[in-house]
Amino acid sequence: MELAGPPFRLIRWEPVSLCLRCIRETKNIERIREVMSKKEEQERERQEFIEEKGIIYLENVSKTYSAGVAAVSDVNLSIKKGEFVFIVGENGAGKSTLFKLLLRELKASEGSVYVMGQDAGKLRHYQIPKYRRQIGVVFQDFRLLTDRNVYENVAFAQRILEVPTEEIRKNVPTILATVGLAGKYKAKIRELSGGEQQRVALARALINQPAILLADEPTGNLDPQNAWGIMELLEEINAQGTTVIMITHNREIVNSMRKRVIALKKGVIVSDQEDGEYVEED
Amino acid sequence: MLRKINSLVYVFRQGIANIMRNKLFSLASVATITACLFLFGAFYAIVTNFRHMVMKAEEGVSVTVFFHSEYDLCYLTEGVEHWEDYTHPEGMIPSDVRLKEIGTEIAARPEVSEVKFISDDEAWATFGPEYFGPDYAVGYEDNPLRGENSYEVFLSDVSLQNDLVTWLNSLPEVRKVNADESTATTLTGTNLIIAYVSAGVIALLFAVSIFLISNTVATGIAIRAQEISIMKYIGATDFLVRSPFVIEGMIIGLFGAGIPLIAMFHMYQYASDYLVKRFPMLMTRLGLLPVETIFSFLTPVCLLLGVGIGFLGSMFSVRKHLRV
Repeated sequence: MELAGPPFRLIRWEPVSLCLRCIRETKNIERIREVMSKKEEQERERQEFIEEKGIIYLENVSKTYSAGVAAVSDVNLSIKKGEFVFIVGENGAGKSTLFKLLLRELKASEGSVYVMGQDAGKLRHYQIPKYRRQIGVVFQDFRLLTDRNVYENVAFAQRILEVPTEEIRKNVPTILATVGLAGKYKAKIRELSGGEQQRVALARALINQPAILLADEPTGNLDPQNAWGIMELLEEINAQGTTVIMITHNREIVNSMRKRVIALKKGVIVSDQEDGEYVEED
Repeated sequence: MLRKINSLVYVFRQGIANIMRNKLFSLASVATITACLFLFGAFYAIVTNFRHMVMKAEEGVSVTVFFHSEYDLCYLTEGVEHWEDYTHPEGMIPSDVRLKEIGTEIAARPEVSEVKFISDDEAWATFGPEYFGPDYAVGYEDNPLRGENSYEVFLSDVSLQNDLVTWLNSLPEVRKVNADESTATTLTGTNLIIAYVSAGVIALLFAVSIFLISNTVATGIAIRAQEISIMKYIGATDFLVRSPFVIEGMIIGLFGAGIPLIAMFHMYQYASDYLVKRFPMLMTRLGLLPVETIFSFLTPVCLLLGVGIGFLGSMFSVRKHLRV
């Protein structure tokens, strides 16, 4: 009877159950290793794809709207990691469609759009948010939340990605210092100049450390002085490794910056020059 | 885990912030749901009380069964002019034992709630004074209702009265069945009308509530279109974009349910006190349901409906307007 007590059970069964647990755990670990190695392999393939084809790679991309209008036709494009690219063209050239295709706001009618090695066309609906987190976006009209202050506007981008509050409290001042607004975190958006508002928008786009920054006419609403200030900032951001793609009409800026220039006309790439200038094809 | 909690807190705060940003529309929605649920509650209170009264009336509906007896003075059988000419067919007059058996058979019927045996003496003692006054027994040596033993049968469901009467008439010992068909038909009809009207009105009220709350949330979405588009570009999940609106709708629904419940509770108490004081006789006979009985059902149902209408309304417009 004495042997039936807890110490007996401990001596007799604990090692067996421990062994069984070990076997189970080993199997689990093996499974985890398998999954990890598969993920590592996928990641390696993705990195190789980016190295070989570019951080953005468009292959025979066409986009036709339901009315039958082709906004983009058979576009082939490769943008390498860390590049600074201007996309220029008249109204209706297809710049906005390209912008939307990269953000996966639109799906290509034909061809493939690869961003960071991911085929945007093959993404499922639930995968789109994660895909978009790799891309920072800045607009001509800033698109800030005017009922909130500078800090809240920038923090907003982290809040919706479920970043803990303590981290947000550290990250926001740092990024605001980067864009030159360290002292204005409490200011209301309406109290800021156009240039400052665009800096807030840039801070919001960059706080989640995207690999790519898409800027749609970021200087379009700014006076020359503020416009150059934003361009300097973009160049600085690019120098730190972020790939910058900027859609613009501003000939002076494009010609002065001496970066890669891709010109679109009627949905077709008409010129693609390294160290280029704003050219208008007839 | 902490991230999830942070997200939930964020979503909840945004839901409240939406209400505050959109104060006028939120108030309008609360008022609409309040009005709808108030009407629903008032309607429910009235209908429940009415049904209660109808049930009380139904409880009083009875069928009286008379049996053949050797004392019958007149038989209603066709072709018999003088009672002396008529003799009961054999076995039609029930013995005392058979009478008891019939009583048990009647009580076992599903449509019967209660069976009461009324002996001929009891019948004379009840009806004598009713028809002939206090001196009813003068001039009668014996009970003139001798042999008029009967059963008073109360129904569990008035609509089944016809079934019971048909069955009773099929018993050879039964001479006559007294049943008030018009009362049964009226009560059954009333019950049906109450059921249809209440279902129709309640469905209409809910449809209106859902439509109005979805409009409010749609307005909220239109006002916050820019914020939503930014959220989408930054990479917010569908849950994070949609949840604040759903929370907003549910909070509006909760307030919209709480206000009419409090108002109705006090109004019901006041109204029942007033009616009891003003019409004491009528109220004693008909009997209003106590406030606890009404609200033990109405409180959870109204709260669930409020939150449910808010949830459905916001989900509907979020799905329609936020194709993220």
